[in-house]
Amino acid sequence: MRRGSIVQLIVIGVLAGAVASAVALIPDWLPTSASREAGRIDFVFWFVTAICIFVFSIVAAVTIYSVWKFRVKPDDDSDGPPIHGHTGLEILWTAVPALLVTSIAIVSAIVLAKDDAAGANPLRVNVYAQQFFWSYGYPGYGNKISSVLRVPVNRSVVLTMHSRDVIHSFWVPEFRQKQDLVPGVHATLHITPNKVGTYPVICTELCGLGHALMRSRVVVMEPAAFEQWAEKKTK
Amino acid sequence: MSTIAEHHDAAPVRHGPPPPPRGWRRLLYPGMLRAAWMVPLFFGIGSAIVVLCRWWGNYQPIWFGEIIVLIGALIAAPIGFLAGIGAFDYWVRYAIGSPTKPEDHSGHGAYSWRDYFRVNTDHKVIGMQYLATTIFFFLAGGLLAMLVRAELAKPGMQFFDNQTYNGLFSVHASLMIFLFVIPAFAGLANFVVPLMLGAPDMAFPRLNALSYWLLPIAGIMMLSSFLVPGGAFASGWTGYAPLSVHQPLGTIFFNMGVQWAGASSIMTALNFLVTIITMRAPGMTFWRMPLLVWANFTTSLLVVIATPFIAGSQFFVMFDRVMHTHFFDVGAGGYPLGYQHIFWFYSHPAVYIMMLPGFGIASEVISALSRKPIFGYRLMALSLMAILVLGFSVWAHHMFVSGMAPWLRVPMMITTLMIAVPTGIKVFSWLATIWEGKLNFATPMLWAVGFVSMFVIGGLSGIYLGAVPIDIHTSDTYFVVAHIHYVLFGGSLFTIFAGIYYWFPKMTGRQYNEKLGKLHFWLTFVGFNLTFFPMHLIGTQGMPRRVSDYAPQFGNWNLFISVASFALGASTIVFLYNMVTSMRRGAPAEANPWRALTLEWQVSSPPPIFNFDEIPQVVGNPYEYGVPDARHAVLNGDRAATDTEVRSH
Repeated sequence: MRRGSIVQLIVIGVLAGAVASAVALIPDWLPTSASREAGRIDFVFWFVTAICIFVFSIVAAVTIYSVWKFRVKPDDDSDGPPIHGHTGLEILWTAVPALLVTSIAIVSAIVLAKDDAAGANPLRVNVYAQQFFWSYGYPGYGNKISSVLRVPVNRSVVLTMHSRDVIHSFWVPEFRQKQDLVPGVHATLHITPNKVGTYPVICTELCGLGHALMRSRVVVMEPAAFEQWAEKKTK
Repeated sequence: MSTIAEHHDAAPVRHGPPPPPRGWRRLLYPGMLRAAWMVPLFFGIGSAIVVLCRWWGNYQPIWFGEIIVLIGALIAAPIGFLAGIGAFDYWVRYAIGSPTKPEDHSGHGAYSWRDYFRVNTDHKVIGMQYLATTIFFFLAGGLLAMLVRAELAKPGMQFFDNQTYNGLFSVHASLMIFLFVIPAFAGLANFVVPLMLGAPDMAFPRLNALSYWLLPIAGIMMLSSFLVPGGAFASGWTGYAPLSVHQPLGTIFFNMGVQWAGASSIMTALNFLVTIITMRAPGMTFWRMPLLVWANFTTSLLVVIATPFIAGSQFFVMFDRVMHTHFFDVGAGGYPLGYQHIFWFYSHPAVYIMMLPGFGIASEVISALSRKPIFGYRLMALSLMAILVLGFSVWAHHMFVSGMAPWLRVPMMITTLMIAVPTGIKVFSWLATIWEGKLNFATPMLWAVGFVSMFVIGGLSGIYLGAVPIDIHTSDTYFVVAHIHYVLFGGSLFTIFAGIYYWFPKMTGRQYNEKLGKLHFWLTFVGFNLTFFPMHLIGTQGMPRRVSDYAPQFGNWNLFISVASFALGASTIVFLYNMVTSMRRGAPAEANPWRALTLEWQVSSPPPIFNFDEIPQVVGNPYEYGVPDARHAVLNGDRAATDTEVRSH
C-alpha cells in the first residue's frame, strides 16, 4: 500500500469515528442516573460504547475506502489479485476482538458483583405484581402496603419479587435495574437510590391486555420524610 | 414466465405428469381437487373421534369447540390436505404393498403455472415454490408491521384495542421468523445447493416436496388465528408461559403452526445433510465446497438438534391448556422458567439458523463480484462450525433478568461475547475479500455489502446486550427491537435479497431490471436505517417493547419511525414490480452472467431438468478468481484435460 492511501484510510476512519462519537454524545442516551447501581451500569455502557466506536471506525474506513477506490465499471472483465489469506492478519483479527470482549466481560462481571451486593442495613421491600397493578409491602413496618414505592435516599434497598399471576418485570429506567417477577420465583434486586425525585416503574414483560398501562411510581425521599411516612399506620 | 422445461423440448422422455383422467375419476387423482374433499373428510374424522371419545368417557361438554378445532382443524385437516394433493401417495402404496409407480421422473419440471401447485419433486421447482410462498408471508408480515407502526405513530390508542395490537406484533414476528426468514433460506438453498454440489436433485425428492407443503399449512394457520373468537395469539412470538397458557383460542393456532413449520424445517435439514454428505460430485471434498454449502450444512445441524426443543415447548403450553397438565402451573408444582430455558435453547440457535445461510450467500456474492478468492476460506468455514458449537451455550443471555439461577449469568455472558470472535472473523474476511478487488456493484453486491455494514451495527449492539449490566437496563426495551431488526432485517433479509437478485437469472432464465434493483436497495437501505436506528435511542431512554401506548416524551421519535417505516414498506413495491415484470419480460439471461466459478453457473439458465447432462468433475477450489487457468470443475467433454488435472490434485 502506498503512503497516500494509508493517510486516506486513516482520515476516513477518523471521520467515521467522529460521526459515531457525535451520535453517541449529542442525544441523551440514558435517563437521569438516580442510583449508585446506575452509575456503575453507565460506566459499562460508555466503556462498551468506546470499544464499539473503535471497531466501527475501522470497519467503516475499510468499507468506505474499498467502495470508493475498488469499484469498476460493470463491463470490466479483469480479476482482482488472487490473495487467499494472510495468517498474520487472521490471527490478529481473532486475537484483538477476543481481548476486547474479554475486557468487556471482566468489567461487566465486576459491576454485576458490586450491584448484586446489598449494602449494610438494607431496607427490605416486597414487590407484588398482578395483572395490571403494582403494590409494595414493607415487612419492617408492620407489612404496610403502598401502591407507590417510597424509598429513602442513600440507603440500600432490597426488593423481593412476588408475582400473583403471570410474568411481569420491574424496571425503573433511572435506576437502570430490572428484574422479572415469575410466579413461584422470589428473586431479589438491589438498589441504592442516590437522588431524591419521582421516577416511573414500568412493566417490561408482556403480561396481557393491560401491559402497556401497568405503571407505577417510585418516590425517593429524604430519610426523615421516609421514616415519617413509613411509621404512619394508614397509607 | 419462462419455465424450466422450455429448454428441453428435445428431451427423449416426455416429462411432466400424465394428464388427469376425465369424469368422476378425476376426484381420485392427486391434486387440489382431491384435497378439496379430503380436507373436510379428515376434519370430520378428527372431530368425530373427539366427540366419540368425549361421549364414551362422558366428558362434558361433549361438543367442545376448542378440542374439535385442535384435533379436527389443526391436525386432521392438514393431514387430509397433504394426502389429497398426493404428498403421501408413493409411501402409502409402498406401505400397503400395492405396486408403486416406477420412477419416470414425471414429478420433475414445471410446464405451466399449474405445476407449481402440485406435489413436485424437482428441487428447482420446490425452491421456487418456497420463495413464492415465503415472499407472500413476508408481505403479510410486513403489512402487520405497518399496522403496528400506524398504532404507534401517536401516544394513546388510535386504531386497535390492546388484544388486537398484541396479536398484530405476535403474528408479525411469527410469520417473519417461521414463514419467511427460515424457509426463504431453505428455498434458496433448495434451488442452489444441489446445483452447487453437482447433484441431479436432493437426496430425498419426495421428502423435499412434503417439507415444502407443510409450510403453507403453518402460515395459513398463523394468519387465520385472527379470525377465531378472541383474536390472534397475543403473547408474542416468544409465547412465555404462564401467560400463553391462558390466552384465547388463537394461541393453539400458534402452538400447532410452529409444529408444522418446525417439521418442515427438520425434514429439509435432514435432506440437506444427507445431500451434502453423500451427493457431492466426484472431487468435491469438504474443503472444496462453496461456503453456501458449508453454511447450509451447519444450519441444518442446528435445525436438526435445536428445533425439537421449540416443538416441545409449544406442546407443553398446549398440553397445559387442553389436557390440564401442569408444566408451568406453580400452584401444581410447575416451573414457568422451564419454558424459557427450553424455548431459548431452540430460539437462540434459531438466530443462527436465520443468519448462517445469509453468511453463505454473502460469501458467494462478495467473492464473485469482487473477482477475488474469498479471504481465509478455511477459517470462514471453521468459524461457521464455531458459531454452531458456541450457539448452543448462550441461550440464557435472553434470561439475564428472568430470575434464573444468578450464577448462570457470567458464564453465559462470556460465551455470548465469545461468539463475537468467529462472527468478527467473518466480517473482517469479507472486508479483506473486497480489498483490492474489482468491485462490480450490481444489485446483489449492493445488498451483500449493505448486509456487512448493517450486520456490524447489529453485532455491536449485540455486545451491549451481551454485557449483563447493560442488558439489565435494556432488556425488553426498544433497544432490543432495534438490535433484532439490525440482525434479522439488515442481516438476514438483506442477504435474502442479495441471493434472490444473484440467482434470479439462474432461476428464471431472465435478467432482472438493474435500475429498479438498485432503487429497491437504496430505498430499503435508507428507510431501514431511519426506521430502526432511532429505536436504540428510545429504548435506552426508557421505552419498553410490546406496548400499544407509551409515555408522551417518545411521541416525536415514534412518529418519525412510523413515517420512515411506511417508506420502508413502500420500497417492497419496487421489488415486487421488478420481480413480476422481469420474470415475464426480462432480457434472456446468460448461463453465467456473473462469471462465477461455482457449479450452478456452469449449466444453462434455467438449468436442464436434471441439472447436469454429465456428472461434473471437481478439480479445484470454488473461488479461484484471478488465478490463471484455475478451475473449480470440468464439465462436458473436457475429459482429456481433466485426467491430468485430477491426478495433480
